[in-house]
Amino acid sequence: MANYNTMELMICTAARELEDGASVGVGTGAPCAAAMLAQKTKSPNLVILFEAGGAAPLIPEMPISVGDSRTTWKALMASSMAEIMETACRGQLDYTFLGGAQIDMYGNLNSTRIGNDHQKPKVRFPGSGGANDFGSFCWRMMVMTPQDPKRFTEKCSYVTTPGWLEGGDSRAKSGLPLGAGPYKIITNMAVMDFEPTSKRMRIIAVNPGYSEKDVQDNCGFELLKAPKIAENPGPSETELSILRDQIDPYRYVIGR
Amino acid sequence: MDVIEQGVGRIFTDPDADKAREFFRHKSRALVSKLTTVKEAVEKYVKDGDYVSIGGFGVNRIPAAVLHEIVRQGKKNLGLAGHTATHDFQILASGKCFNKVDAAYIIGLEARGLSPNARQYMESGEVEVSEWTNYTLAVRYKAACAGVSFHPIRNMMGTDTFKYSGAKTVKCPFTGTKYALVPALYSDVGLIHVHEADIYGNCRTKGIIMSDYDIARSSKKLIVTCERLITNDEIRRDPTSTLIPYWCVDALIEVPYGSYPGNMYAEYFSDEDHLREWLKVEKDPEEFKAFLDKNIYGVKDHFEYIERNGGIAKMNRLRQKEWLFVGARA
Repeated sequence: MANYNTMELMICTAARELEDGASVGVGTGAPCAAAMLAQKTKSPNLVILFEAGGAAPLIPEMPISVGDSRTTWKALMASSMAEIMETACRGQLDYTFLGGAQIDMYGNLNSTRIGNDHQKPKVRFPGSGGANDFGSFCWRMMVMTPQDPKRFTEKCSYVTTPGWLEGGDSRAKSGLPLGAGPYKIITNMAVMDFEPTSKRMRIIAVNPGYSEKDVQDNCGFELLKAPKIAENPGPSETELSILRDQIDPYRYVIGR
Repeated sequence: MDVIEQGVGRIFTDPDADKAREFFRHKSRALVSKLTTVKEAVEKYVKDGDYVSIGGFGVNRIPAAVLHEIVRQGKKNLGLAGHTATHDFQILASGKCFNKVDAAYIIGLEARGLSPNARQYMESGEVEVSEWTNYTLAVRYKAACAGVSFHPIRNMMGTDTFKYSGAKTVKCPFTGTKYALVPALYSDVGLIHVHEADIYGNCRTKGIIMSDYDIARSSKKLIVTCERLITNDEIRRDPTSTLIPYWCVDALIEVPYGSYPGNMYAEYFSDEDHLREWLKVEKDPEEFKAFLDKNIYGVKDHFEYIERNGGIAKMNRLRQKEWLFVGARA
């Protein structure tokens, strides 16, 4: 078995979700690495979009900002914030990767604050940025994050970006566009999806070296389990060498 | 249209389109030189309590020289659009220049981490905050540009982002679909850095435009800095390239490397060492004070700031880095 760290594992797992010809809205860091890996392996025609306006670049090295020059290197279009977000509004953006300080069983995300006083929060985070936008409009929202019981919480102290809200049909009733929502949660321990009726998070695959119990023990709420739980294959030698040699040679992301 | 739900966030600017039209009616359309200095432009056009919008994307094509001058002149009680705000927000937070923020993205510098000082300022209770998203602030500018007082959107609903915003939900009179409405955002002052401009303020940029098309048109006053001046003949030779017409612009200053330490597309890359140093010194109040004295309070302008941080040799390395030239990484 190849030697790899959990960040490499998550990036390789995420990259396999992005099929050729699909479009994906990404931020910097791990999501960008996953999209670049997909483009250099099975999905050469993956359309990568950055919220600041970069559209379909051939990214030469990891961008530091979603608006820096790397996001339009040999791109098809250098556009605007509104143009990229409206691509998602119209229904032309398939995937996005988001993250947050907290996630609950319906995939709702908190990237705004901890504490209850909004004007004087205990801890302030950056806020939505483009997350609420991408999370509302992209057909399939994914999260890539290390798993621990504090982050995977019973209730977010603030919902920045919508998951399936309170489950069931609550998201559709809220007024958010129909058919879009959380799709898969990729962690260092497992891959989760959402049970179709209740919209609750459920384990569908565990990573090498982890058990279903490990996954549940590192989650602050009860996870459902798919009828058949697969073992998620680890990264291949090819994936690892592309990731290490071509995508992130300075280990900005995979060295974390 | 009956309002179904509404957020509790305060709306810091007046969305009234008729009042804005009356203002723009009297904004000069005279083709005269707008050339001035950064110091004079900030003295004349940025008043304590004004609401400010900043072009670019946090650390990309930002009006750094103007932001430093606002801190140097000690402007206070500003309102601020926290639209894709990163290093720009960090600069103004260093001088506690604002006390009201429309937050979409604030206090972070993306992959570089969070600003300890900006974070502390936002946790202090000294700043009133309403929540939005990057796209919703972009469409609030669009509404203002179009001379209407609101714009419908389909996100934010169902979340605390809506609850702490100033948005309202209604039913579409055509389809019955539920929408959130966000109010037009007319800023008192817009600050934008561009690649090229003529002396009248006709401006060109290269690369992505973020929300600058709309910020330029919806701001009541607009201060523009440019990498270099070009002739009016050159603008007229290629009108397709004009992003901002002169009648939106109040003040224009040629500031080469004006986005430093930020990235300027097809010109120079961001100075990651300097940005890292900035984040590091913020952890120690004494070090941070000395850093600000060295880089903002103790310098007279952007040229001196650049001189103190490596001067033209550094700028040349950042130019090489922008184009990924071999050997430029050292």
